[in-house]
Amino acid sequence: MPRFGYDDDSVAVIIGSGAGGGTMAHELTRRGIKVVLLEAGLRQSPASFSQNVGEAFGQLTWLEPRSQSGTWDAVHTSPNMPAWHCRTVGGTTVHWTAATPRLQEYEIRARSTYGNVAGTSLVDWPMEYAELKRWYFAAERRMGVTRRHGMPGMPASNNFKVLYAGARKVGYKRVHTNYLAINTKARDDRGGCIQQGFCVQGCKTAAKWSTLYTEIPRAEATGRLDLRASSFATNIEHGSDGRATAVVYRDADGNEQRQKARFICLAGNSIESARLLLLSASGRFPNGLANGSDQVGRNYCHHLTSFVWGIFDKPVYAWRGTTLAGVVEDENVHDPRRGFVGGYHLELVALDLPSWPLASLPYGWGRDYASIVDNYRNVAGILINGEDMARKDNRITLSTTVKDSSGLPSAHIHCDTHPNDIAMRDHARQQGRRIYEAVGAKRVVISEGSTATHQMGTARMSIDPATGVTNPYGRTHEVPNLFLSDGSVLPTPGAANPTLTIVSLALRQAEHIGKELAAGRI
Amino acid sequence: MRVIAKVRLGEGVSGPQRKLDRREFVKSVTGMLTGVVVASVPFASILPTRAWAIDLTVLNDAEGATLTAMIKTICPHDGLDDAAYAMVVGAIDRGAATPSAMIDLKAGIASLGDGFSSATETVRVDRLKSIENSAFFQSTRVTTLLVLYSNPFAFAHFGYEGEAFSKGGYLTRGFNDLRWLPEVPIEASGPLPY
Repeated sequence: MPRFGYDDDSVAVIIGSGAGGGTMAHELTRRGIKVVLLEAGLRQSPASFSQNVGEAFGQLTWLEPRSQSGTWDAVHTSPNMPAWHCRTVGGTTVHWTAATPRLQEYEIRARSTYGNVAGTSLVDWPMEYAELKRWYFAAERRMGVTRRHGMPGMPASNNFKVLYAGARKVGYKRVHTNYLAINTKARDDRGGCIQQGFCVQGCKTAAKWSTLYTEIPRAEATGRLDLRASSFATNIEHGSDGRATAVVYRDADGNEQRQKARFICLAGNSIESARLLLLSASGRFPNGLANGSDQVGRNYCHHLTSFVWGIFDKPVYAWRGTTLAGVVEDENVHDPRRGFVGGYHLELVALDLPSWPLASLPYGWGRDYASIVDNYRNVAGILINGEDMARKDNRITLSTTVKDSSGLPSAHIHCDTHPNDIAMRDHARQQGRRIYEAVGAKRVVISEGSTATHQMGTARMSIDPATGVTNPYGRTHEVPNLFLSDGSVLPTPGAANPTLTIVSLALRQAEHIGKELAAGRI
Repeated sequence: MRVIAKVRLGEGVSGPQRKLDRREFVKSVTGMLTGVVVASVPFASILPTRAWAIDLTVLNDAEGATLTAMIKTICPHDGLDDAAYAMVVGAIDRGAATPSAMIDLKAGIASLGDGFSSATETVRVDRLKSIENSAFFQSTRVTTLLVLYSNPFAFAHFGYEGEAFSKGGYLTRGFNDLRWLPEVPIEASGPLPY
């Protein structure tokens, strides 16, 4: 692996190695560009992934403290961890559950489709759907998605048999084993899925796509990737011309380093990307780098979520099998007759012990609570994933009360639940209940929302520099050689799990950067 | 936990216990929980001995018994071996090593009042309800879920089979063996990969 000099200002610096950053590393290096890839976490491998749930959590998770406020559920259901994402080479693609639905056309036309919904900051995406779809195709082929482009579907697990039977009985038509970036058979130098049920602990057969063992080693194979793990970016510097010049970071030994750059791709996951821009405030950018619009950190979305558990009098053994291998798509439509705008997915889900009672059951204790846990064998599960309303005051700011391990202000997350979110959630819970009662559930248990696993918004793309942080290619309006390459650029979240969209936009951004470099415009 | 340490039941979530030399060990132990794993526990036959003991370094015997009763009231599972509950007490004891944590823990246990461990479940539930909003109750509840539901006794009790990579996954070990509902058509699922 090459080691580029700190003063080599011909390199691109990518901050974050997950879906966006890891993909960018491969795409830029294969175009002949030298890349320094900074990742805050350590490098694991399928061989080193722990199969002890607690250890795996510690191995992969972003554990720096944060503060939070607002009316959203996580404030009381997950007070110490408002968001759950990774800090490891490969980022959150190491623990993701690989569901790869596309956003629907109506979802990227949220403002036009939903109208003027009070208390929201809805916009239309600055992009044609045909354009997005073209990149979805490229990303799906890259990642290997089931049920797309000739790939077979995932076989039905016990848990899915229950979801399928119930959903069909209540009249749903679009019910299948989900679009998953998981090999059902060995391909692409990776193994096939053996239905372990431990997707979240890191996939030991590498059947699940992750930049850790796809894009990053391919970038390394070009000889142009300098991957620096345990390197935590703390500031992006700029010159008197307003162009970004270097990234300051703490290396594995805790020493401060300064890596010069020709251009920078920021892909730290929406919360940390916004925080780094805010931390990089300067005399020229007093509100944070590239934040003349005051949009950095705003419009943070995390998806409306809730677990629905059906308890049956016969065994399901839901833990056996791929975590998210099932979906009901029928509610992913805009139909205001339901009492809300936007739509949602009902996704199959199962969790291990102890995560199931810890993270996905409603708060409780005593005999009734214990009786739910006693039924672990007989439980089938649904995870609601719906579009939450973009709001300007649902935002990331620098915490005034909490600092991270290096003494820098942590991210503060403020989220208020919109009435539309509540109406959608209630509808989705009722539909989940109907599904399980249709196949004889003796009890249905429904959780509140919990820690956010999807981070979106915070640096939305826009045509008008006054209304967003980046242009439609993720290039910041104010700093011409600074790009956002993660979920932060999504102007609205839709109901789709975001990774496919992040990878699609990264592929598109890389092509754009290649053209701009060739034209001498970066 | 002694005696059954060989089957790796003593590792708490708060990390391995600090290594102590024998003299320091004897001096530091302030309480102890003991029991015998019941023969019906599936792996009782592989244990070196069914007797177990957990040494407490912060709590005394009475406090250990009170905390055990609290944990059993939070997550009462008839038939779940006492050893599983004792492991939660051990984890909480180890997690209260600093002077301030020790004071908080002992004060929390004292707040349950006299006779808590011998009170009826109804009385215990009422007392816990009265302190439900306290940091002591909330942290004890979370540690209980975390430790109680992640040990081999609990896995056996709930029928949970745990990680499966070491056994080749569940692909050929029952991931699709449910027979009380119809099979899913192939167009809504996919072929088995073998």
